[in-house]
Amino acid sequence: MATKVKKLRVKKHRVVLNRSAGGDTAITVFMVILGILMFLPMYITVITAFKPTAELSIVPPKFYVVRPTLKNFIDLFTNMNQTWVPVTRYIFNTVYISVASTFGALVLGSMTAYALSRIRMPGYKVINSMIKYSLMIGSTITGTYNFIIYCKIGLLNTYAISILPVWAGTLGLYLMKNFIDDNISDEMIEAARIDGAHEFTIYWKIAMPLVKPAWLTLIVTTFQAVWAAGASGYVWSENLKTFNSAIAAITGTSASAGGAMAAGALIMMSVPIVVFVVNQSKIVETMASSGMKD
Amino acid sequence: MQETAVKPGKKLKAPKEPKKPVSRKEMTKWQYTKAEMKRTRVGYLMILPFMIMFLVFTVLPVILSILLSFTSFNMFQFPKWIFFDNYIRMFLDDDLFITAFKNTMIFAVTTGPASYLLSFLLAWFINELPPKARAFVTFIFYAPSISGSAYTIFTIIFRGDIYGLANGWLMKLGLINDPILWFQNETYIVPLMIFISVWTSLGMTFLAFIAGLQGIDRSQYEAGAVDGIKNRWQEAWYITLPNMKSMLMFGAVLAITGAFGFGAIVTALCGTPSTNYCAWTLNHHLAEYMGTRFEFGYASAIALIMFILSFGANQLVNKILAKVGQ
Repeated sequence: MATKVKKLRVKKHRVVLNRSAGGDTAITVFMVILGILMFLPMYITVITAFKPTAELSIVPPKFYVVRPTLKNFIDLFTNMNQTWVPVTRYIFNTVYISVASTFGALVLGSMTAYALSRIRMPGYKVINSMIKYSLMIGSTITGTYNFIIYCKIGLLNTYAISILPVWAGTLGLYLMKNFIDDNISDEMIEAARIDGAHEFTIYWKIAMPLVKPAWLTLIVTTFQAVWAAGASGYVWSENLKTFNSAIAAITGTSASAGGAMAAGALIMMSVPIVVFVVNQSKIVETMASSGMKD
Repeated sequence: MQETAVKPGKKLKAPKEPKKPVSRKEMTKWQYTKAEMKRTRVGYLMILPFMIMFLVFTVLPVILSILLSFTSFNMFQFPKWIFFDNYIRMFLDDDLFITAFKNTMIFAVTTGPASYLLSFLLAWFINELPPKARAFVTFIFYAPSISGSAYTIFTIIFRGDIYGLANGWLMKLGLINDPILWFQNETYIVPLMIFISVWTSLGMTFLAFIAGLQGIDRSQYEAGAVDGIKNRWQEAWYITLPNMKSMLMFGAVLAITGAFGFGAIVTALCGTPSTNYCAWTLNHHLAEYMGTRFEFGYASAIALIMFILSFGANQLVNKILAKVGQ
């Protein structure tokens, strides 16, 4: 400490920020503990799914598998096939509902987002704040009267009941609108208008290719919500139910099904996780414009 | 934008804010709005399909629940207007509602801030990691929230008999003598539910914070270091937080909605009702009056209380966030 004035540490022409070694260590330790705590249940799901019956009944349970087996998965599917609806039907339902609801949400959401962000017809501010406030309303609150509405328009016990409400989702739309606000300039749209392009052409050919990250995010968030939604209380025909509601029904009833339950949970969680991992960077990119102004 | 003035007479497709057409001066506000509406009519066409869905599935239920909360309605007879009777009954004549209200508040003020702060702290800590490591750690913390019903694994971890993970190990270590019925014991239900709910809640909020932090220009930090910021906490308060206020607001909205919507996990793990109603929330109360008793008027009064609570919390957080960085 020759000089009294504190010198800034400089490394490769960049100012090194003030960081204490103690702080770094404490934070690392905190992160590792928290990370383990967060990851442990997921890890236990995986190992339990592969444990044979003998290992499931060891006291206390081990944190590793000695003889991994696929028996739990086989049990799960055998059980599932015992109902009069074949497994393939459940899988078809899940795929059909996921694709239809995600596709609709994407087309409707992106079109609305474009119009609200770049056409700005009179009244767009009211609609924007309605969408913003709708994020504050939990599904329980709207759910109260959705039942009556479903009744009146005859949606009970149909595929549509799992699909149409997703099209009205606002989170994906909100993210998409903010992303368009931040990434597409009025000048660009204006230039296209002067060239005589129709609004739908501008939306589809100019705006949409520029907001692909937001597309992916909308697809992923919608898909995750649909996937996690499981059984709707308003669908009672077995042949309209989804794969995840079938898994939930089986793992919920059989008392000794620890292994099969973990196997079901593993199947259920691996799909959205894979979808997320593949799209992670695009999603984070989209979230960069998620901020709520004013 | 001078292009807008090129074809003044015909269809003007300029957005509203930039230079308005000359004729604007001669129009009244109403005439101008009408002209604008005509010019942008294709926009209405574009939002139409969404708006129909939105009105039917979100706006209509909210309006219905506001109106019907002042009535007695059972779906078979025409609603009967009873003014504030539902609300009076709620607070004076329904002990279970008070329990539900109290529990909801307990869950909301614990899980909401906990998940919000944790989301921010984690996002902030991992922000300085190299990109690959950051993606990995993000995945670890985010995974539980996207795994749908992954929390069912806790029925295996906290199984009531000796084969449960928690019981097995606690007995092995000699901390307890008999297995604990975790999800039936009043002492453990509430803390466990809070823990599990925070575990599943590091979702969108967390991602928004990560993105917000990455968007902050590094030169601001360097300027801060030159200007005499001493440690990372000062840096967070004076540079990081003010720079991501809009993300903080977005995150708060999601965290609050999540915190007040709490209930599904309790139903899945402890069943309904939980022992002595110790984890009975407004969500359960609402579902009970909706699904079992068909008292729609009363149920919508509960729904409205929930909406007011979460709206109030949002306003409060908005006020607090306005003070950040001062």
